[in-house]
Amino acid sequence: MPKDHGIGASPKRREDVRFLTGNGNYTDDINIHGQAYVHFLRSDVAHATINRIDTSAAEAMPGVVKIFTGDDFAEVGGVPCGWQVTDRFGEPMQEPRHPVIAHGKIKHVGEIVAAVVADSLDQARDAAEAIELDLDELPAVVDMKAALAEGATKIHDELTSNLCYDWGFVEENKEAVNKAFDEAAHVTSLELVNQRLVANPMEARVAIGDYSRSSDEYTLHTTSQNPHVIRLLMGAFVLGIPEHKLRVVAPDVGGGFGTKIFHYAEEAFCTFAAKACNRPVKWSSTRSEAFMSDAQGRDHVTKIELALDAENNFTAIRTDTHANMGAYLSTFASSVPTWLHGTLMAGNYKTPLIYVNVKAVFTNTVPVDAYRGAGRPEATFQLERVIDKAARELGVDPIALRRQNFITEFPYATPVAVEYDTGDYHGTMDKLEALADFGGFAARRAESEKAGKLRGLGVNCYIEACGIAPSALVGQLGARAGLYDAATVRVNATGSISVMVGAHSHGQGHETTFPQVVAEMIGIDESMVDIVHGDTGRIPFGMGTYGSRSIAVCGSAMVRATEKVIAKAKKIAAHLMEASDADIELKDGQFTVAGTDKSVAWGDVTLTAYVPHNYPLEDIEPGLEETAFYDPANFTYPAGAYACEVEVDPETGKVSIERFSAADDFGNIINPMIVDGQVHGGIGQGIGQALLENCVYDGDGQLLSASYMDYAMPRADDVPFYAVDHSSQTPCTHNPLGVKGCGEAGAIGSPPAVVNAVIDALRSAGHDVTHIDMPMSPARVWAAMNP
Amino acid sequence: MSQVTMTVNGKTASGAIEGRTLLSQFLRDSLKLTGTHVGCDTGQCGACVVHVNGQAVKSCNMLAAEAEGAVVETIEGQAAPDGSLNTLQQAFQDHHGLQCGFCTPGMVMSAAALLKDNPKPTEAEIRAYLSGNLCRCTGYHNIVKAIMAASGQDVSAIAAE
Repeated sequence: MPKDHGIGASPKRREDVRFLTGNGNYTDDINIHGQAYVHFLRSDVAHATINRIDTSAAEAMPGVVKIFTGDDFAEVGGVPCGWQVTDRFGEPMQEPRHPVIAHGKIKHVGEIVAAVVADSLDQARDAAEAIELDLDELPAVVDMKAALAEGATKIHDELTSNLCYDWGFVEENKEAVNKAFDEAAHVTSLELVNQRLVANPMEARVAIGDYSRSSDEYTLHTTSQNPHVIRLLMGAFVLGIPEHKLRVVAPDVGGGFGTKIFHYAEEAFCTFAAKACNRPVKWSSTRSEAFMSDAQGRDHVTKIELALDAENNFTAIRTDTHANMGAYLSTFASSVPTWLHGTLMAGNYKTPLIYVNVKAVFTNTVPVDAYRGAGRPEATFQLERVIDKAARELGVDPIALRRQNFITEFPYATPVAVEYDTGDYHGTMDKLEALADFGGFAARRAESEKAGKLRGLGVNCYIEACGIAPSALVGQLGARAGLYDAATVRVNATGSISVMVGAHSHGQGHETTFPQVVAEMIGIDESMVDIVHGDTGRIPFGMGTYGSRSIAVCGSAMVRATEKVIAKAKKIAAHLMEASDADIELKDGQFTVAGTDKSVAWGDVTLTAYVPHNYPLEDIEPGLEETAFYDPANFTYPAGAYACEVEVDPETGKVSIERFSAADDFGNIINPMIVDGQVHGGIGQGIGQALLENCVYDGDGQLLSASYMDYAMPRADDVPFYAVDHSSQTPCTHNPLGVKGCGEAGAIGSPPAVVNAVIDALRSAGHDVTHIDMPMSPARVWAAMNP
Repeated sequence: MSQVTMTVNGKTASGAIEGRTLLSQFLRDSLKLTGTHVGCDTGQCGACVVHVNGQAVKSCNMLAAEAEGAVVETIEGQAAPDGSLNTLQQAFQDHHGLQCGFCTPGMVMSAAALLKDNPKPTEAEIRAYLSGNLCRCTGYHNIVKAIMAASGQDVSAIAAE
């Protein structure tokens, strides 16, 4: 019988009612009295020198409040990068200044050239058309290898080249890895592209800056996954506003997927302009702007090699990747191809030697940063594609080859610096084999063939590092922040509870799941517990939501704070019952003295905490509120095995997904319904990457896929129902809930399964195809069949 | 500026508009009905779907002036006056058919229009009908399931879980 409340139950989401009735409170729904509107004039060329910007005609237009250019921001800081990567020679990465508004030079299409603040948005747009730009266009640098070639046009005058860093990991292993390749019985190599994607949360970004002359305080309303991080980055590094004078509010946020982690120029602009104009200033991104200004994802070009011995054991992996940074370093851009990618190259396998080389490159394109999975999808894709190719070359079953090389002993220290605490990869694969009905595949393939279609089955495994992250470790690796989280459990006099959490919910359902945990720990009804999130003015601190960290890191802080509350409440209960607090037990919201029938209710104790007439004031303070910060001891390591079955139309190359099965090990689970939903969504995005999505620039740096007319988002009829199973559970060993996180798994685990399936389908018809780059559009699949 | 008058969720609503004012802008900015969302500027995402004279319409693709005299229904008018969810809204909650909630108003309004014309749609019919509504969170699984359930179909056998 499934539980109906508490940890492991699936209560309906409480946030749904407001979303289903139109009562959500998204940033664009907020309007502040007297607000002005900003329209950004964005560059339509990728690379140019700015000779002159003439705003005089625009300034005379109706309703214009003020027009800003790069000159107005010359004295404030640049938009910062939060991670300093050290290259293979021990030198820091090259880090260009990232101005709020382009100054002197334009470096990508969509970069802000001027900002018009006006009484209405239409007036701002009209006036922007009257701004005259005098530009000298420069050659655009778009292709990464060309960007690194001798004599390439340099994007940033202050840097020595277009190379951000040349990173080797683990550099000391390089010679041993090369030797293992020299001695290998078999080497499989594969060149592939992990194409650039656009995250595309359905809510585009919005920012509203506000400034109070009476208190000298700023407020920024923004679509963020981590308001405290924005407060720190914008306050300390860009505008020089101390934290106590700056409040950042991120109310209901319509999806993030990574792209709302980062601090953006528009946020700094609206905050700065609110003071300069003495009015609130609002910006609502159009979708077209989002394509040109939201940090994009992926964009790796890789050669991977896998060495095997004569018994088909993996002996070494060597990779060579070019990672596109775009024109500037977005907040966490530098960490994605390095510490979120290189450290995952062991996958689920006991490969003793690994060397990863990554060259991060500046180009005249929109900046690239973390997108759902961030580095881990890129690692998984390479590894699982090359293993599939190796299995074909060796004539062995791809699942058997994986199983033969699975890590089976835990904890397991990989050769790429991380230690997996727990897992059961055979157990998860067993679940997949049952879920995906591999036994019935031959019959399904025969049916497809009868209908003139090619059917393929693709499988892959993944591992990811979640619960980001141990601060001491990431500090050694170059992070400029700690990655703990915080929670405050505020118990009110009548026993209801507000939990102020640093995690931010923008679809993940924290408002439902977090109370499940607290209510279970105390034994009270979940309706007595609410969480508060998304406002630096209401919550003490927090590092936000990304890297599948909310329950593993912030949830752990919440557990610790609740434990402190319970410890204090037991002291109060002990005083009321004239017993020793060591003898007090809490169950179902009742404190009892062990071995007696004496008890007091939760509400009696909480009331006593605030009405301390009979209270141990000499030992403890009145009130019942506790805060905990939690810094994880390690990453968590969710893992899974996925299977995809496709049908390919041999006439057109069109691929349709017929079955998709996902077996995941997320450790313990708070709310199975929500976990299913997270996996579904990740798979949907992964299928989008595999078949549809592609962010394309032409040779001049023009963004060709800048709307939903050109960028193919997965639609309801592009995907099937998914079969998901998370009953394979090896709890995390180092956090109090034993949880691992589930937000990114689907997006990491699904693309290689789809590609492996399409290759299998084509080979079933005798096509000698070893790889097709994503997205596997009908044109690409048809071309692969008709070389 | 000119005046426009229409019936929105059963009440007469009027306001001043420019010729270029979109119906979505009029609903959000003038009437403060912010449940109707705008997720793109090319008529692709469907977050702004409302009903105009009984037809599902992308309100970002219609001028407010064109709705003069029309009967408009938005997400705010779907629940009962006491706030209880209608069958379709309840099915979305029961089957976890929404995550961030941003596409949800358009999804619900589109699905309502589908069920009016086709009370028991097949999975394929639902997926085809929703091709004008983008969702980035759910992978569509629970949206399709919720609509099937709202139309009285047994969804217990759909995939695992």
